[in-house]
Amino acid sequence: MKKITLPLSILFLTLLLVAVSMPACSAGAPEDTGKSITPSAASDAGRILAKRDRVKVATTTSLYDTGLWGFLEPMFEKKYNVELDVLYAGTGKAIEYGTRGDVDVLTIHDKAREEKLVADGIGVKRVPFASNHFIITGPPSDPAGIKGMSPEAAFKTLMEKGKTSPQQVQFISRGDNSGTHSKEKAIWKAAGYEYEDVTKSGPWYVEAGSGMGPTLVMAKEKSAYTVADIGTFLAYKGKLGLASLVDRGAILLNVYSVIPINPDKVPGTNLKMAENMVDFLTSPEIQTLIGKYGADEYGEQLFTPSAGAEPVE
Amino acid sequence: MEEIGAAFVTALKLIITGDPEVLSITLRSIIISGSATILSALIFIPAGSAVFFSEFPGKKGLVNLINTLFSVPTVFVGLVVFIAISRSGPLGGLGLLFTPGAMVTAQALLISPVITGLSISALSGVRPEIKDTALSLGASRVQIAITMLREVRYAMAVVVLAGFGRAISEVGAGIMVGGNIRGYTRTLTTAMSLETSMGNIEFSMALGIILITIALFVSIIVYRLQRL
Repeated sequence: MKKITLPLSILFLTLLLVAVSMPACSAGAPEDTGKSITPSAASDAGRILAKRDRVKVATTTSLYDTGLWGFLEPMFEKKYNVELDVLYAGTGKAIEYGTRGDVDVLTIHDKAREEKLVADGIGVKRVPFASNHFIITGPPSDPAGIKGMSPEAAFKTLMEKGKTSPQQVQFISRGDNSGTHSKEKAIWKAAGYEYEDVTKSGPWYVEAGSGMGPTLVMAKEKSAYTVADIGTFLAYKGKLGLASLVDRGAILLNVYSVIPINPDKVPGTNLKMAENMVDFLTSPEIQTLIGKYGADEYGEQLFTPSAGAEPVE
Repeated sequence: MEEIGAAFVTALKLIITGDPEVLSITLRSIIISGSATILSALIFIPAGSAVFFSEFPGKKGLVNLINTLFSVPTVFVGLVVFIAISRSGPLGGLGLLFTPGAMVTAQALLISPVITGLSISALSGVRPEIKDTALSLGASRVQIAITMLREVRYAMAVVVLAGFGRAISEVGAGIMVGGNIRGYTRTLTTAMSLETSMGNIEFSMALGIILITIALFVSIIVYRLQRL
């Protein structure tokens, strides 16, 4: 027995030391994802001085890759005196984190799965807080000639041209169960295809298994088409050289919602802070900031605030 | 080629001017992987010694198994630790997932076969005369063990450094259980993964140069110790 207890006690002592030392060492200088605005000095001072509660939000990659979360994070931390951990994951993964109780609140974009989450009792409620739209993007030379088509017609054309000349026409799917991936599946369905058949239709259809940003970079490298949310597309546009080819159609509406996780169903989650997050994101002040976010930098509004109501096209 | 050159120059600028973000990520990486290495060494050097000094059926098989696990995939370790410490998992009550502590745990586990296996082979390298001399002088089993461990102290330092090298350069486990949270669980490798995917090549390059430099330092120390 003695042989086991010694290493075990060392393990726990070390873990304890680590736990104590980590908040201090995490109090480094502000970090920046490159595009987001530098967090305020106040937020960093707070990290050094006080050991605050932590709240975890799992967010769809598009709200992260656009830098919106980097911009909002210090404001939330200051207002509620809390450390906010932002985990970027596709909507599917974010829902999985929430269902397991590893995060307290979700900001995602897949209405059908969100409603199911609330119906199952795991999500407390679904509150839309912003929207924009998806686009079909591709090389400016547009070898498949889809520019200006409806999304459904564009997908049909991509399928036909892709099958016959996969050297010229390739399509990159997120392939990661994300909200954007769900939207892509919905468009295939609306265009009259079974998604199963699409994935088996040939080498022209590529499944990336990555976030929105990396998928756009891959589309650029391969001169291929893909579906993207307009926010990430605009944020990456300078680096990409891809063109927005299809941007009109009711099916392209993209709604972001915030969903607190229900501690009655998933024990250990922080409902109070999750509710604070809902209040924060739908507050007039933050709604205005969301509406303005990136407009100066990218010359176009990235998100339309929706103040808790269901947006319509 | 031009892109690489330009990125390299910008990266060096970021390092030389002491970019606060680069510095804090580097420091965090060293602390997390250092803690993992210390934790793993404290448990698995004794464990390796215990295996070496005791005789039991299946010992050879166990040593072979440990050596096979040297190259256990990092993502597999990440998955196992994720399942264990997720709130719905057996250790969920600790609230460890997506914290630096989770990364320390995963990395400590990842390098445990390396630490155990190399400890065993370090002890196997001790000249038999030393054990015989100690025996002839009437040393007890514990005294013999202590004598032999003292004999291999430099080799053990090499073991620890080899573990540290694997811990600080891994990305799969760290990103799965740490979540790559800005300012909290973002380390050199996880930041490189994100920044490259976001197209911030210069920043990634700066972190890469630092990572290579750390690896270089570690191998220089290892080389020095081996000549002692």
